[in-house]
Amino acid sequence: MCDTCGCSSGGGAVIVRPGDPSYHVHVGDDLHGHHHDHGSDGHDHTHGRQVMVEQDVLLKNNLLAERNRGYFEARHVFALNFLSSPGSGKTTLLERTIPLIKEDFPVYVIEGDQQTTRDAERIQSLDVPVLQVNTGTGCHLDASMVNRAIKEMVPAENALLCIENVGNLVCPALFDLGEDMKIVVISVTEGDDKPLKYPTMFIEADVCILNKTDLLPHVPFSAEECRENALKVNRKLEWFELSAATGEGFNPWIEWLQSKLKRG
Amino acid sequence: MHEMSIAMSIIEAVVEKASEENSRKVSEIELQVGKASGILTESLTFCFSAAAKNTIVDGARLEIRETESLGTCEDCGNSFPVEGFFAACPSCGSYNTDLVSGRELLIKSITLENE
Repeated sequence: MCDTCGCSSGGGAVIVRPGDPSYHVHVGDDLHGHHHDHGSDGHDHTHGRQVMVEQDVLLKNNLLAERNRGYFEARHVFALNFLSSPGSGKTTLLERTIPLIKEDFPVYVIEGDQQTTRDAERIQSLDVPVLQVNTGTGCHLDASMVNRAIKEMVPAENALLCIENVGNLVCPALFDLGEDMKIVVISVTEGDDKPLKYPTMFIEADVCILNKTDLLPHVPFSAEECRENALKVNRKLEWFELSAATGEGFNPWIEWLQSKLKRG
Repeated sequence: MHEMSIAMSIIEAVVEKASEENSRKVSEIELQVGKASGILTESLTFCFSAAAKNTIVDGARLEIRETESLGTCEDCGNSFPVEGFFAACPSCGSYNTDLVSGRELLIKSITLENE
């Protein structure tokens, strides 16, 4: 049962707004009907009839993702899907990036976490519109959650939309949200063989950001080896090395982002 | 963990297809799952049987056909089988390779009980 309104929407994803306890939207509402099966006709069914389907299992998600993509394209919204393990510094990266962008382009943020509005509260203090999607037990955002969130926030034209996915280096790789690009973030406190251990995410990503480079002197991590491993998996990856905590290495990343937004 | 979402997507699609065919009982679902699709078939089967409860696919058999991954080399044009998600070209050693199959996740067919 939903803790907020007492409805029976079970473990479904909920969109909430930090600092506004009365606001919450169930992602499933108005999007999915309920299926009820009515009794059988009482005959014995012994023989089967095969029907060809030939359909992608994720067709529904992919179609909705394409609708999101069309919406972004029509409004010149540049949408980025940030992916990483928990604790790689996605939120800190956004906290340092957004102030450098928001004077020139409107910025919107969708935060994905299983529970709490902590990340959304951090982003809200930057004075940009943010919504939090709580996936409950879900391990990834899907296109319907993003579809519902953009209907709630209605991003302005020529905006940057940052979607921070649930911290998880496996599941979110499979679910297209309609973003322009996927950005995978890894930090030097993880292993430099991470791209080899979790290749699906690196195959799907367009950009890889190596974060926490200020800690390089203190950890047994080779940035060069990590980059080589990432490029083995996906030679088309764009690569940035930076520290969201100190700001080192930020210029190339911000210049890249601005050039994408200007092209929008 | 994402196998539960995948199982639920399968059930939703199959229930829709079966009702189009005016069927109230599905006995088998044939899936094609590429070895590089990121799906654990054991986990999918487990999640499926749980998620199918109280639907018309409850008790349906999942027939999963795993397909091998194939890669091609952009440098020398070689085609070769791939173990895992990526590989160097066995002929020239280049990593300028692409997976051309192995990431499929398809519902191939369903078997409906006769009306």
